[in-house]
Order: sequence, then structure tokens, then C-alpha cells
Amino acid sequence: MKQITLDIRSLHVYYDSFHAVNNVSMTILEHTITSIIGPSGCGKSSFLRVMNRMNDLVPHARIMGEVLFRGANIYAKDMCEIELRRRIGMVFQKPNPFPFSIFDNVAFGLRIQKKHNKTFLRERVEESLRRAALWDEVYDRLHQSALELSGGQQQRLCIARALAIYPDILLMDEPCASLDPKATKRIEELLEKLKEEITIVIVTHNMQQARRISDYVAFFHTGELVEWGTSEDIFDHPQKQLTKEYTQGLFG
Amino acid sequence: MSVSKSNERLIQWTFALCGAVSIFVTLGIFAVLFWETFHFFQEVPLGAFLFGTKWTPLFVQKQFGILPLISGTLLIALIAMIIALPLGISIAIFLREYASSHLRRTLKPILEILAGIPTIVYGYFALLTVTPFLQKVIPELAGFNALSPGIVMGIMILPLSVSLSDDAIHAVPEHLRMGAYALGAKRLEVVFRVVLPAAMSGIVSAGILSISRAIGETMLVTIAAGMRPLLTLNPLGPVQTITAYIVQVSLGDTPTGTLEYSSIFAVATVLFLCTFFLNTIAQRLRQSFQHMYA
Ligand SMILES: Nc1ncnc2c1ncn2[C@@H]1O[C@H](COP(=O)(O)OP(=O)(O)OP(=O)(O)O)[C@@H](O)[C@H]1O
Ligand SMILES: [Mg+2]
Repeated sequence: MKQITLDIRSLHVYYDSFHAVNNVSMTILEHTITSIIGPSGCGKSSFLRVMNRMNDLVPHARIMGEVLFRGANIYAKDMCEIELRRRIGMVFQKPNPFPFSIFDNVAFGLRIQKKHNKTFLRERVEESLRRAALWDEVYDRLHQSALELSGGQQQRLCIARALAIYPDILLMDEPCASLDPKATKRIEELLEKLKEEITIVIVTHNMQQARRISDYVAFFHTGELVEWGTSEDIFDHPQKQLTKEYTQGLFG
Repeated sequence: MSVSKSNERLIQWTFALCGAVSIFVTLGIFAVLFWETFHFFQEVPLGAFLFGTKWTPLFVQKQFGILPLISGTLLIALIAMIIALPLGISIAIFLREYASSHLRRTLKPILEILAGIPTIVYGYFALLTVTPFLQKVIPELAGFNALSPGIVMGIMILPLSVSLSDDAIHAVPEHLRMGAYALGAKRLEVVFRVVLPAAMSGIVSAGILSISRAIGETMLVTIAAGMRPLLTLNPLGPVQTITAYIVQVSLGDTPTGTLEYSSIFAVATVLFLCTFFLNTIAQRLRQSFQHMYA
């Protein structure tokens, strides 16, 4: 039986008076890939940003409800959002490497934790780049600018950067949206491997992708969680008509 | 139909004429500048001009070594930069990364007022307010000195320095900040470890443009820095800048055609080449910066 990592209870997100996420309850299990699917504007990104409190940075955003990370409410007063984001990493839709060298990108999260030991950094950077399946392509140019990498490489670099601080969960908001099919495939293979070590929550617009990689799927529509369950449940035996229509591509 | 067409022609020609006038005026300025400069160098050797340490064109013993004017110009620009750059960058960071949008909307117009004050007011402010005040702290400060106009110039170009730094900081894409926050960076770390390094070439370009502005500034230094072309880096005594020298000769009764007269064109050419060079570098940096995040 898998452990519950994130337990989301009656979650609401508002931007001013706009109700972007409406009463969502679900759980995320350890060492699984959960896909969030749904038409544009249905609140997937808003939902994802709640889990590592990136929503704190969005002006006018307000949340209600509870999110328990290993039993602890992440919005409790004594929860430090800085610490939380170190445990729950995030990869964005558009690759966003810093305009530094490849090495400095991966080492960034460690350095801000005051870990400066050279040998330690070198080992962790290599390990993270290997975990992100990027090492073989960049090992001989670690000190070149990260901006010279291709889009797919940049995205894997961002994954390596997130992995370097050993997060328990990786949140990914359409990480393949700006990538070609080949780069997308590499990332999918990578996620398959990574889930043995960490938990992954991924937003995707790509039904085939969701089907290929996920253990669990949650379908959102106009801010509500319509249905969630195993990949098979959602794609092959959906309970709701709306889910069936969406997964068959009847609307989007 | 034909009326509107001929109207359009007329408008086109009017614009073309305006464009042509500005081009001819610019070319005319260049022609005069270089012609007089050419005259000057027929009598004064280039080496003596560039490396001479005495500037005494109005004395009987005329010497045309530009180094004292350069040192005066650079000294004041340097003092101005020491004030304007750190302050400008800090204010820009504060406005962009810390201030609420309400505070930003209040502070920006205040800075713009600073930019709207006539430079002659700054000149008298330096001479009659800042210098006497500084003399209380530093008794050996001369009545005319480099320090006071340098400081006031720093305040004067602060709006420029803030707005250029602000542009550079603003150009750093939001998703880089988000990337850093998502790795558990605190706000200060995001600012100093991501935003500033990412904005660096834009900020350097802002600094260079500010220097270029500082060395071209005239009224303030004419009024408050004294008129003594001394080869010195002492901020407490009087100096003369290139621009102040040009004012001095232009206002005096120096007859046209004399060597003193053409000397102002020679120094003006030097000033022009310097600012042109600085502006070109700044432009290049800005382009590479914008290109980086395009
Ligand atoms: N910062 C914000 N301020 C105000 N409204 C917002 C903000 N962010 C999102 N919204 C609104 O909340 C709703 C949900 O947005 P969200 O970005 O979560 O949707 P999404 O499912 O991720 O869409 P997409 O698939 O296009 O990324 C949208 O209607 C959007 O306009
Ligand atoms: Mg989204």
C-alpha cells in the first residue's frame, strides 16, 4: 500500500473574487505519477501552484481548505514556505534556466543553502545531471552558458536543477509544451525512471502523454475536479460523461 | 481621389524635407567641428595636445596639453558616478522588487521632478549650499572644488541612472524569478543571485550612459568647480572640465580665427569622440542584453 504524500482537502483558490479552483479534494500517492488534465483555464496551474505555495507570490491569490504534506498542513503558521519549496520542487512550462553556466544552474539550489564545498557540489551536479539524463550531452561543457542548450536540454537542465536539492515531490506544469516529440519522449522516459525515487504531479494537455506515463489522472473542468482515479479508470471506464468526452478529444 | 493623392505627396515631401534638414544640420556641425579642429592641429602637434600636462591657452605662454581638462572632467564624473550608480541601482531594485505598486507610483514622479530642474539651479545649489555645508565638515575644501559639483551631479543624473537600471531589472523575465523561488530562494537571494546577475549587462550599459551624460554636463561644473585647469585628482580643490573650458572661451572676447578659438573645437572633438564611444558600447551591451531574453 502506497503512502499518501499530499492530501488535499476542500481546496478553493480565488483571484480577488474569481473562483479558480472550487472545492477540490484528492490525494497524491508516493512514487506515482499523477497527471492533471482539463481544458485551458480550468485551474490546473492554480491547483499545482498551491502545493509548493508558489501561489503566495501571485498577487490577489487567496486559498481556502487544507493541503497536508505528510500529515502537516502546508498553510499552517509554523510551516516555512522556503523549506517547503525545497521539499516540493517545480518545473515550468517554458524552460527557465538562469543565464549562468550549466554547472551554476544545477548548483544554485545548493548554494543558497550555503553548501559551498567544491567536491560536494561537483558530485551532486554530476549526479543530478545523470538523473535528468543530460550528463552525457553536457559533461564536457559544464561551464558554458545554459542558454546555449536546446529547448529540450534546457528543460532537462531545469529538472536537474530541481533534483539537485533532493525534493520529495516534483510538480511539473506542462513541461513538454514547448518541446518537439523527440525531446518530449526523452522527458517521459526520464519521468518513468524518476518515479522510483520521487513523486511526480504533472499538468499536461496531451492525452496520449497522460495515458502513457500516469498512474493516476485527475480531470478538472471550470475549477472543479470532475473525476480522478487510475489511468485506466479515467481513460477506459470514466464514470462521468464529461470525462469521456474530454479524454476522447470531443472538446478541449 | 487625386486631391487626396496629391495631399499625400505633399505630406511625404514635408517629412522628407524635415528629415533632410536634420541630416544637413548634423553634417554641418561635423564639418565645422572637424574643420576648426584640423586648423588647430596644423599649429599644435597632436602629441603635445594629447600628452601635455599644462593647459594655458589664455596665457602669453600658450600650452595646449589636454590632460588637465581630462582629469578635471573624469574626476567630477567619477564622483558623480560614486553617488549615482549605487544609489540608482538600489532605488531601482527597491522600486521593482520591494515597493508596493502604490509606493512606486508615488516615488517615480518625484524622481521625474528631479530630472526637470534646470541645471543652472543645480549649479547654484552646489556653489551656495553644498560647498558651504561641506566646508563645515572638511575645512580645507576650497570655495570652488570638484567634490561639491560632483556630488550634486550625482543627484542630478540619479533619475537617469534609476530609470535605466529599472529598465534593465524590468527586462529580467518573471519566469527566472519564479524558477529561483521554486528552489527555495528567499527574496533577497532572488534579487542578488538571479535578478542582478541577469540584469548585469543592462546595468553596466546604464552606468556607461550615465558617465557619458556626466562628462557632457556643462552648467553645473562651470558654476561650481572653478576654472583652474589643474592636472590633479584632488577633489577638494578647483578643476576645469572640457565643457567648462568651452564656455569660458565662448563667453570671453576671444577673436575668431585665433588658436584659442580653434582649441575649443579640438577639445569638443575629444568630448564628442568620448561620448560617441561610450554610447556605442552602451548600445551594444543593451542589444546583447535584449537579445539574451528575446
Ligand atoms: N494571477 C491571476 N490573476 C487572476 N486570474 C488568474 C490568475 N492566474 C490564473 N487566473 C485565472 O484562473 C483561471 C485558471 O487559471 P489556470 O492558469 O490555473 O488555468 P490552467 O488550467 O492552468 O490553464 P492552461 O491550460 O491554459 O494553462 C483562469 O480563468 C485564469 O484566467
Ligand atoms: Mg496552466
